[in-house]
Amino acid sequence: MNRYPLWKNILVAVVLAMGMLYTLPNFYGEAPAVQISSVKATVKLDNALLARVEDTLKTAGIVQDGLFVDPNSIRVRLKDGDTQLKAKDALEKALNPDVNDASYSVALNLLSSSPLWLTNLHALPMYLGLDLRGGVHFLLQVDMKGALTKRLDSTGADLRSLLRDKNLRHSGVAREGMTLVIKFRDAETRDKARSVIADSQPDLLLSEAQDGADFKLVGALKPEAEKRIQEYAIKQNITTLHNRINELGVSEPVIQQQGADRIVVELPGVQDTAKAKDILGRTATLEIRMVDDENSVNPAVMEQAAKGQPPLGDELYTERGGRPLLVRKQVVLTGERLTDAQPGFDSQTHEPSVNMTLDSAGARIFKDISRENIGKRMAILLIEKGKGEVVTAPVIRGEIGGGRVQITGRMSTVEASDIALLLRAGSLAAPMDIIEERTIGPSLGADNIQKGFHSTVGGFIAIAVFMSFYYLLFGFVSVVALASNVLLLFALLSMLQATLTLPGIAAIALTLGMAIDSNVLVNERIREELRNGESPQAAIRAGYERAWATILDSNVTTLIAGVALLIFGSGPIRGFAMVHVLGIMTSMFSSVVVSRAIINLIYGSRRKVSRLSIGQIWKPGIQTK
Amino acid sequence: MEFFRIKQDIPFMRHALVFNIISLITFILAVVFLTTKGLHLSIEFTGGTLLEVGYTEAPDIEKIRNRMVQDGFADPQVQNFGSTRDLLIRVPLAGDSGTAKVSEQVMASLKAATTQAPELKRVEFVGPQVGKELASDGAMALLLVVIGIVIYLAIRFEWRFAISAIIANLHDVVIILGFFAFFQWEFSLPVLAAVLAVLGYSVNESVVVFDRVRETFKKKRALTTPEVLNHAITSTISRTIITHGCTQMMVTSMLIFGGAALHYFALALTIGILFGIYSSVLVASPLVMWLGVSRAQFITPKKAKEEAVV
Repeated sequence: MNRYPLWKNILVAVVLAMGMLYTLPNFYGEAPAVQISSVKATVKLDNALLARVEDTLKTAGIVQDGLFVDPNSIRVRLKDGDTQLKAKDALEKALNPDVNDASYSVALNLLSSSPLWLTNLHALPMYLGLDLRGGVHFLLQVDMKGALTKRLDSTGADLRSLLRDKNLRHSGVAREGMTLVIKFRDAETRDKARSVIADSQPDLLLSEAQDGADFKLVGALKPEAEKRIQEYAIKQNITTLHNRINELGVSEPVIQQQGADRIVVELPGVQDTAKAKDILGRTATLEIRMVDDENSVNPAVMEQAAKGQPPLGDELYTERGGRPLLVRKQVVLTGERLTDAQPGFDSQTHEPSVNMTLDSAGARIFKDISRENIGKRMAILLIEKGKGEVVTAPVIRGEIGGGRVQITGRMSTVEASDIALLLRAGSLAAPMDIIEERTIGPSLGADNIQKGFHSTVGGFIAIAVFMSFYYLLFGFVSVVALASNVLLLFALLSMLQATLTLPGIAAIALTLGMAIDSNVLVNERIREELRNGESPQAAIRAGYERAWATILDSNVTTLIAGVALLIFGSGPIRGFAMVHVLGIMTSMFSSVVVSRAIINLIYGSRRKVSRLSIGQIWKPGIQTK
Repeated sequence: MEFFRIKQDIPFMRHALVFNIISLITFILAVVFLTTKGLHLSIEFTGGTLLEVGYTEAPDIEKIRNRMVQDGFADPQVQNFGSTRDLLIRVPLAGDSGTAKVSEQVMASLKAATTQAPELKRVEFVGPQVGKELASDGAMALLLVVIGIVIYLAIRFEWRFAISAIIANLHDVVIILGFFAFFQWEFSLPVLAAVLAVLGYSVNESVVVFDRVRETFKKKRALTTPEVLNHAITSTISRTIITHGCTQMMVTSMLIFGGAALHYFALALTIGILFGIYSSVLVASPLVMWLGVSRAQFITPKKAKEEAVV
């Protein structure tokens, strides 16, 4: 008799029911939604905001279809696209009364329209990759060398002030490649300086050198410090990217570290790639330095500078408007001291301006500098991709306290808000380059889903028809088992929230095409046992049991290929491998356990089975000696 | 219904030498095409920018190409993709301009070339460092698959089986690559995935035959080695063809409905499946025979039982 013990039948039933449950959300499709997220670190999403959102919608007469709260956003599900736009406008007006000082980003989004009880069970629809839903994918390479030189530069500045504080005379601190070189007049000062520096800068590895009359101290970063700086740099860059992307109001962005020095950014639904790239790629940092006024008005010096030989300690920059300007190399303040930056207008001239707020240390430095340099010019530089631009170089009229600084210069309102955004979103710890970009339009995404779906369905029908004809009832059972394989695979992908891509859909199709192999093996084996004269019940038993070893072996080899792809694959290959591997595993269960359970239900309990519905058996069989 | 009404074992092994020579010739041809013509690698491997754009009416490709050359793009490739209204444009990496800006410049150039406004459907930009990595990762994946399969088969069966299965199936891989080189079809990441999937898939083909070989050695003591192989192949041939037929149905469906994005993926699978049948049955088995498989390697019954549990 071929009967499964009760527990095995229950297991199959439970697994299939779970499969059904977790596949379910995929059938509901998506509904329009509005997503609200905070763009300022100080503004939190709390219950008060939630109540405000509800109130706003109620007063605007908009019926919402569900409110979802997670730590980073509030999402409101709505009936249709029209209500979505209305809700967005209403919320935008209510939450951001001042357009120039927005605290929240209100963005259009799509949400699964599956019922709440499914969402509560963590039964979510499959996570579609960018090639299926449209959007932008970037791979950014962080310039680690840049991070290190930046650190050395700031350490150099620290050393200068340290030596000044300790009254140790030196004749220059300079960065030469990846080292800092400090020159002294005599060995005694050098020795004193060495112990002072060693105390205050534990990250530096110091060595002594002599060059003519100069006694030099050479500092290099310790390897462990380098590692720490690099780790910090990538973390800082990820945080900065988060801030910038929040400003773009993208729903469900992915920002992840990949490898030691790369960052993946995925922005679903974003179509304006130029804008996205601009915001991501810009590595703007702010620097405030003093202008070398005397030399800037000296035509002879300026001519020399234009040829690439500016006076010592100066750098040549161009002002907005094209006029060249000599600026001191020494940085007074950097963007790190900035707590906020907002676009605005100058109260007297009505020119567009950027209003900055400095932290307490920054405010103190700024106050001192402005007091000491009344009548002189100060340059505000925006450094992007290693190239600096003097945004404005105003004359200091008096002491500026309180840490509130207004920059005006020849800029438009759009430029002012862009600069403010860049400054506010924080500076990058190290420059980055886009080394891979993929943009997929929404129509192409929908098209890809359709093509993948049609391929799978077409192939499935062809296989179903063939199997049912060739193996009759057993073939039909195989098809049911194959269908349960699709179900389980979908459920697993939904449960794991693995990203489904077009190669992933191709993998579903291919895996189904391969999974039928197990059923063919079983069915052929049963036929063979019948041919050899076994009774129907014994043939079923022997067929499944003997085929099992072969099925296992053949699936393991396929699995090896899948795992190798998973380890070494990137991007599209990973998506393929993930689905392939999962599909092979579910296929082993469905084609052996599920199909056997059904066969047992049909034939297992019958006392006498005279023949099996497995197609014609060619009796003469294979003759061997 | 039954397709295969085979009365006697088919003497495959009598023609073993012929099969091996055929394989050797196709293999050598594939290698020749690979070395002379080389693979037409997609920008994922070479680096560069690729744009897919859609027009409402079929645009003049020549005009677009000329405009792009005029705008300073060195050697742009412009071709139809799927339909006459869709274009695929490839721009190779060029020195400093190898930045993400290229796609915007291309779009500007396209807008200037015709009166129609093109719709940007897809952009891929791959920097030079990524391309190199993908190529080496692909090679590593292939190596890992080969080693993994050899070890598994050596443990589960016998080293002779492992070696011949992997040789037979690597020869499939080379032949698929040969096809791609000969026709200059684009070799992209999904194609690489297809090739590796085929490798795993056709090895499982050999496994099914080898399983039978082992079983037959144990059961039918009167048979000589070639006869055992003949019997094993004959009794699994109907399953082999039905399984591959089913997989091929799925792949054909992909070729028909999958559109341009899945075309070469499905094509690589088709070649892989067709040659997979041939090589795993008619190349691997003779190789096992040349390597000197014999009953003596399987008649330690105790060990065999343990093996079955693994």
